[in-house]
Amino acid sequence: MELAIEATDLSKWYGKEKILAVDHVSLAVKPGEIFGLIGPDGAGKTSIFRMLTTLLLPNTGTARVNGFDVVKDYLEIRDRVGYMPGRFSLYQDLTVEENLGFFATVFNTTIEENYHLIKDIYVQLEPFKKRYAGKLSGGMKQKLALCCALIHRPEVLFLDEPTTGVDPVSRKEFWEMLARLKQHGITILVATPYMDEATRCDRIALIQEGRILQVDTPAAITAAYPDRLFQVKGGSMSATLRALNKLDGIIRCYGSGEFAHVAVPATATHMEQRIKDHLLAQGLTDVVVRPAIPTIEDVFIKFTLEKKA
Amino acid sequence: MATQGKKKRSAHLSHLLSFVRKEFRHMLRDRKTLLILFGMPVVQVLLFGFVLSNEVKETRIIVVDQAKDAVSQALIEKIEASSYFTVLTDSLPPTGITDAFRSGRIKAALVLPADLQRDLLHDGRNTVQILTDATDINLAQTIEGYLTAIITDFSLADGMAAPYVIVPETRMLYNPELRGAPNFVPGVMAMVLLLVCVMMTAVAIVKEKELGTMEVLLVSPMRPALVIISKAIPYLILSFINLLAILLLSVTVLDLPIRGSLPLLLAESTLFITTCLTLGILISIVTASQQAAMFASLIGLLLPTMMLSGFMFPIENMPLPLQVLSNAAPSRWYYVIVKDIMIKGAGFSSIWKETAVLSGMTLFLFAVCLKKFNIRLSER
Amino acid sequence: MSTTATPHSIVADGLTKRFGDFVAVDAVSFRVNKGEIFGFLGANGAGKTTAIRMLCGLSIPTSGKGTVAGFDVYTQTERIKRNIGYMSQKFSLYEDLSVTENIEFFAGIYGLSRDRIRTKREELIAKLGLVQEADKLVGALPLGWKQKLAFSVAVFHQPQIVFLDEPTGGVDPVTRRQFWDLIYEAADAGITVFVTTHYLDEAEYCDRVSIMVDGRIAALDTPTELKKQFGTGTMDSVFYELARGAKRGGA
Repeated sequence: MELAIEATDLSKWYGKEKILAVDHVSLAVKPGEIFGLIGPDGAGKTSIFRMLTTLLLPNTGTARVNGFDVVKDYLEIRDRVGYMPGRFSLYQDLTVEENLGFFATVFNTTIEENYHLIKDIYVQLEPFKKRYAGKLSGGMKQKLALCCALIHRPEVLFLDEPTTGVDPVSRKEFWEMLARLKQHGITILVATPYMDEATRCDRIALIQEGRILQVDTPAAITAAYPDRLFQVKGGSMSATLRALNKLDGIIRCYGSGEFAHVAVPATATHMEQRIKDHLLAQGLTDVVVRPAIPTIEDVFIKFTLEKKA
Repeated sequence: MATQGKKKRSAHLSHLLSFVRKEFRHMLRDRKTLLILFGMPVVQVLLFGFVLSNEVKETRIIVVDQAKDAVSQALIEKIEASSYFTVLTDSLPPTGITDAFRSGRIKAALVLPADLQRDLLHDGRNTVQILTDATDINLAQTIEGYLTAIITDFSLADGMAAPYVIVPETRMLYNPELRGAPNFVPGVMAMVLLLVCVMMTAVAIVKEKELGTMEVLLVSPMRPALVIISKAIPYLILSFINLLAILLLSVTVLDLPIRGSLPLLLAESTLFITTCLTLGILISIVTASQQAAMFASLIGLLLPTMMLSGFMFPIENMPLPLQVLSNAAPSRWYYVIVKDIMIKGAGFSSIWKETAVLSGMTLFLFAVCLKKFNIRLSER
Repeated sequence: MSTTATPHSIVADGLTKRFGDFVAVDAVSFRVNKGEIFGFLGANGAGKTTAIRMLCGLSIPTSGKGTVAGFDVYTQTERIKRNIGYMSQKFSLYEDLSVTENIEFFAGIYGLSRDRIRTKREELIAKLGLVQEADKLVGALPLGWKQKLAFSVAVFHQPQIVFLDEPTGGVDPVTRRQFWDLIYEAADAGITVFVTTHYLDEAEYCDRVSIMVDGRIAALDTPTELKKQFGTGTMDSVFYELARGAKRGGA
């Protein structure tokens, strides 16, 4: 089966100093898949997106989208993909309706023709259709931008950080929409700095400083976490972390919501009890220690700290 | 194949139409800019017109007629006949003039010597004295100019023998009523068209880059060149409206008739507008921010072209390097074209050279645009 | 000064802001204790930004009462501005000035003496590990470093309160935690921290959390209490439970 996106050895550098933004990246995205590029700001996600959407020329490597070369066949690609750039890229002084209508014409279609595709999203926007896009809230802006990127029923949809700066509820809704789009057979490449969104993807690539750290399904990535992980609580977070830092035999510890996460070697034994005893000995009360299931964030932290060490 | 081509063309057309519609929406919703765009030409025409046409009107002047002969009487009548001066007929001694100036009763005085007629007949020349209040230097100069002109005209018209003639100023040849309007209307036209077409087009395109919408448009079936052309169309229309407004105002309010052919004038203006739009597009291609585009059009283009087009300072008076440089300013050529058509009533045969220069410039700029044009994002 | 008389850094009493017939902030009342880390959560359009603008003295309330650092939000906005620090995700530092120049500029605004600026500047640069980068332009730094620097600059003049508007958006998980270390440090030094975030795990790091829905404060308590009230294990579900009922998505 032909791949929806295939990138081989892509690199991109900028300026006279040749600052490397994308460092020999290879990717393969299957048709109909939701593929996530997960990494912080400055990891090179936007540069990858721009090369795949024919906006930038790669310095090394090649890439194909639905079989078309991003350099040679850029016009073919532009006819077939939908793209939502990182920042809000609609006309603030046009209304919701006017923006959508404009992009429909640009893409040689009408709102009616593909209405079924955007219906779920657009019904939420409909009460505000006479409002200027600039006056919408963050969540609504994202929904409108998604509608505009979808209006021509693209074969591949590129979403560059669609949920950045959007509140958790709107983010959740946004991902539910993407799941529905997947049922229409649209391939979706999505970039996000929110690690918790990774599990919404079929497969993900963890990316940092222009390099891909790992590519797999979210479940496979967390399952491959090499260390054993505990969640620990005992009074305040800072006191807990201070105490944990004095304990030998742990690899790393850090806050993670309500609990501190503690990673220990997979081979170590009796660690649960040892941690508990240690914290009690340090004078902490109400100590809770229990095994934790690693998340994508834990994996990412592991990569970052290992690189620094 | 044929149907596909047709389909593509109709797609392009609908792209164009929806883009132009969108552009008008942007324009109409930005009320302040709109007001400036339409207000500026009107205000400028009226301001210039008002200031210039009222400068010398019924200025009070005393003629100290020491001759009191046929020639002096005829001259005084001529001065009085012009709408510029009101002659006070008090007979004053030369010393009384000073008081009249001080009290502000008069702005100028003309002293005609006692032997005016005789000297003219004998020696072929004579000196008359013009006194003006130079506290307002501009006004004084204008009065002096007008008076000299009237006197010169007088010596010509009244059949005085040719050797007595003082050399007349050529600029009055096509502007016998000595009005300023004919000189500034073409200037304002050139300036307004430059401003609207170059700056507004450049800013409008660069705005899309800044906003990030250019990114979305590039990754769409809409061809980049079409993006830019459809950006230019609304400004072409806007400039045309401005052009008509200026012409209408100058005909109705300033009483300045268009002597030559109106279609020719409009056609030449369209050519100049195209030149300006191409320039604006070029600026938008090479700049990345609205600010840079604004600066490039204002400081780098508008000011020099205004200075060099001959509208503010006559080109003949410039040092040679600037004269050479002025050839590169499109407005210089347009200014000549408009003056020739509007004031001299010239036809195409006398302006074909300027037209050719402007066309050449447009083609050159267009070629540079094509070469510089980027189908992708420019790199940081 | 009145600041010593009250244990509260921020007092809001029926604070309201209307734009025409739209009530952006609707009679909001809460108190923030000195040295507390106060999480200010809410969906986009819930009225957070407007509320923060009122508290920072940038916008005069339509009605209600409020004091920040002991100063009145109607009449003493200039004194409020002198006693708070502010940092947002969007604008924080000048990208075209170096690290040193940014610190000097912002410290200068608050009228610190040259000597104090110099010594504190060196301390700060050393603490953030930016010695090598001190003369580099801020624009060239990674986002995480920028945000840490921006925070340090915001508390450089030791304000009574620091307002942080989504300070960690897009920052990598490790730097995000380092950022929170800086917040703890500031709170330990007695600075009140008023923070908005879209990361709900960060809500857990706050002493108390308020959640705004449709211009009102729908819930306010410690994370533990809130989870207990809503019978759930995560702040995520608390937030979802509350914000789901919002009517004002498009505002």
